[in-house]
Amino acid sequence: MSILAYNGGAMVAMKGENCVAIAADRRFGIQAQTLATNFEKVFEMGPHLYVGLPGLATDTQTVREKLRFRKNLYELKENRLMSPKVFSAMLSHMLYEKRFGPFFVEPVVAGLDPKTYEPFICNMDLIGCINQPKDFVVGGTASAQLYGMCEALWEPNLGPEDLFETISQALINAFDRDAVSGWGATVYIIEKDKVTIKNLKTRMD
Amino acid sequence: MSLVVKPNFPDYQTAPVQRGFNPYADNGGSVVAIAGDDFVIIGADTRLSAGFSIYTREQNKLFPLSSTTVLGCSGCWCDTLTLTRILKSRMQMYQQEHNKTMSTTACAQMLSTMLYYKRFFPYYISNVLVGLDNDGKGVVYSYDPIGHCEKRTHRAGGSAGALLQPLLDNQIGKKNMLNVKEEPVSQQRALSIIKDVFISAAERDIYTGDSILINIITKDGIKEETFQLRKD
Repeated sequence: MSILAYNGGAMVAMKGENCVAIAADRRFGIQAQTLATNFEKVFEMGPHLYVGLPGLATDTQTVREKLRFRKNLYELKENRLMSPKVFSAMLSHMLYEKRFGPFFVEPVVAGLDPKTYEPFICNMDLIGCINQPKDFVVGGTASAQLYGMCEALWEPNLGPEDLFETISQALINAFDRDAVSGWGATVYIIEKDKVTIKNLKTRMD
Repeated sequence: MSLVVKPNFPDYQTAPVQRGFNPYADNGGSVVAIAGDDFVIIGADTRLSAGFSIYTREQNKLFPLSSTTVLGCSGCWCDTLTLTRILKSRMQMYQQEHNKTMSTTACAQMLSTMLYYKRFFPYYISNVLVGLDNDGKGVVYSYDPIGHCEKRTHRAGGSAGALLQPLLDNQIGKKNMLNVKEEPVSQQRALSIIKDVFISAAERDIYTGDSILINIITKDGIKEETFQLRKD
């Protein structure tokens, strides 16, 4: 079994009209055994910048700390906020540095540009190959299910409320068909002047 | 480091040469079935492929076993051909022995037995059997390659099964939806959902595409329909 599926986890991010959303499940387990149902995989990296790190849980936390360090250093040196695009490039380079001994995470970045508030989403593989589509990105063990759900549910120019409904339904129905993810979900809706965080109740089996 | 290169003459090798043979191929393809109160719809894509190459864009993967029963197969195509050939002859033997056509439920049981008979050299097929039961109600049976059988109202199988099943759970099974009425799915809605899910699958699964062949089974017989998908 792949080490990327050792702890399980599902992640999705979507673009909307002047907003983006990122959502993840809350399970932490070792193979089939669930150990916690309050595990965070999405992290705040700035006022409008969030990164999700599904994959091996130990690397989720290591990469999160490394990212926090490098982003803070950039912001202190440059005295300005890091844009999602720059953040993704930095993360991509960081992962490729470990090309032959990688961190087992498949990052998903979602945010708004600090100046223009342009929605941004991207994901990458564990060695930092960036994919930046216009609609949605997925990651984690339920990615096949998520592709099926998102491909059918997503439509252009969704407002924040509709985007929340779409991303929630996509994520929940997807991870209900994955044995190693689920057990609750967290959704972040990122808008120009507010970020809404919602914890979803889902079936716990 | 030795400068003498050890010569390698394969013809004079003393150790026996091990050669591998893989009896299975994955020819891809997806099958989706939805059962209603007085009908059942099954759809399968028409792409037959292996790896990155397409063998044909118009391969029918739906096999009518009787006037009320249809089998959808995806996976190893050579196994599909063998299984359906044997199934058809078993159907004929039953007809001639009992002087009646085998019911859908009996077909479902027979298929399970036939798959388990090859427990240790299985038919590598994802089977979805649909039909009308003895009361005229639509039924869907899905199988694993060794004959585990499950009766359900909706099923997605094959290469895009993982992409499609959660969507059917949501739209047909009404999963994770609040304040929804329990009402049976209409034939029109089932048909449009099947088309929608295949469009989604064709976007992301390279083994699903070209077009879909749909069989609509009602008490009046089997109606065929086709629908074009993306061909890249």
